[in-house]
Amino acid sequence: MASHTSFKDRNLIAVIGDEDSITGLLLAGIGHINEQQKKNFLVVDSKTQVSTIEAAFQEFTERKDVAILLINQHIAEKIRPTVDRYQQAFPTLLEIPSKDHPYDPAKDSVLKRVQKLFGE
Amino acid sequence: MSGTGPRENVFATRMALTNMKLRLKGAETGHSLLAKKRDALTTRFRAILRKVDEAKRKMGRVMQLASFSMAEVTYTTGDISYLVQEQAKLATFRVKATQENVSGVLLPAFEVDRTPGSDFNLTGLGRGGQQVQRAKEVYAKALETLVELASLQTAFTILDEVIRATNRRVNAIEHVIIPRLDNTIKYIISELDEMDREEFFR
Repeated sequence: MASHTSFKDRNLIAVIGDEDSITGLLLAGIGHINEQQKKNFLVVDSKTQVSTIEAAFQEFTERKDVAILLINQHIAEKIRPTVDRYQQAFPTLLEIPSKDHPYDPAKDSVLKRVQKLFGE
Repeated sequence: MSGTGPRENVFATRMALTNMKLRLKGAETGHSLLAKKRDALTTRFRAILRKVDEAKRKMGRVMQLASFSMAEVTYTTGDISYLVQEQAKLATFRVKATQENVSGVLLPAFEVDRTPGSDFNLTGLGRGGQQVQRAKEVYAKALETLVELASLQTAFTILDEVIRATNRRVNAIEHVIIPRLDNTIKYIISELDEMDREEFFR
């Protein structure tokens, strides 16, 4: 629980998503480009390599200024093992639905744990 | 003879007996305190669990609305994604973390921290400006839901971890430490009795 000391500085929301989700979220004003010209969002389309997504996921989860990481569920599905292995409290990982992929609660890694706990 | 099973490595003296009795008492107090903590946390955890479940479902609906307003924008203005991506410089929609204390566990809660900015004011200047404004608002609302959900989820993750640790401690005290102290006390008493009997016959 060493993250307790540093979570005060975390105030950005990062996104990995398809073009429409990103555009909408950026319109709301979450877009941020820091001094090293690093963006806090990654646009994923059908041509994006899985390794690129993985790299972005790693980068966002390791950054110290990201509080919440949003990821489209169908993209999370591509890197499911990595997502399921992710247990840290910070940054919070949130799977969001996208336009052409309706939300499926059964696939969400957190909801899976919720279901398991309720099913006891 | 009593005192079978693991026990502390002590000499059988009266002083050791008093010490052991004190430690046993301490262990019992600690056990009941930890058990209380665990119960308090579990109650909280259950409440959060229910809320997480609800919020996730709500998110599904909210995001659907949001994508619909995005579709409106695309219909009237055309594709603005490139423009928007290039214009993003500084985040105006941020979150602020605050803490809440539940029986000694610090749970963070995120709050929306919006600086009223003037980004993308020129987007949709030609046509569809209204739709763009509306999409902005709808997405901001959706994000608020997401932020709320995120703090619930963080609380969930942290509580889960803490409850596990507390459970382990409760069980360790109940099944390892207390029996061990019990055994030690029995052992010391039996040894002392034995010594008494030896004294008697001498």
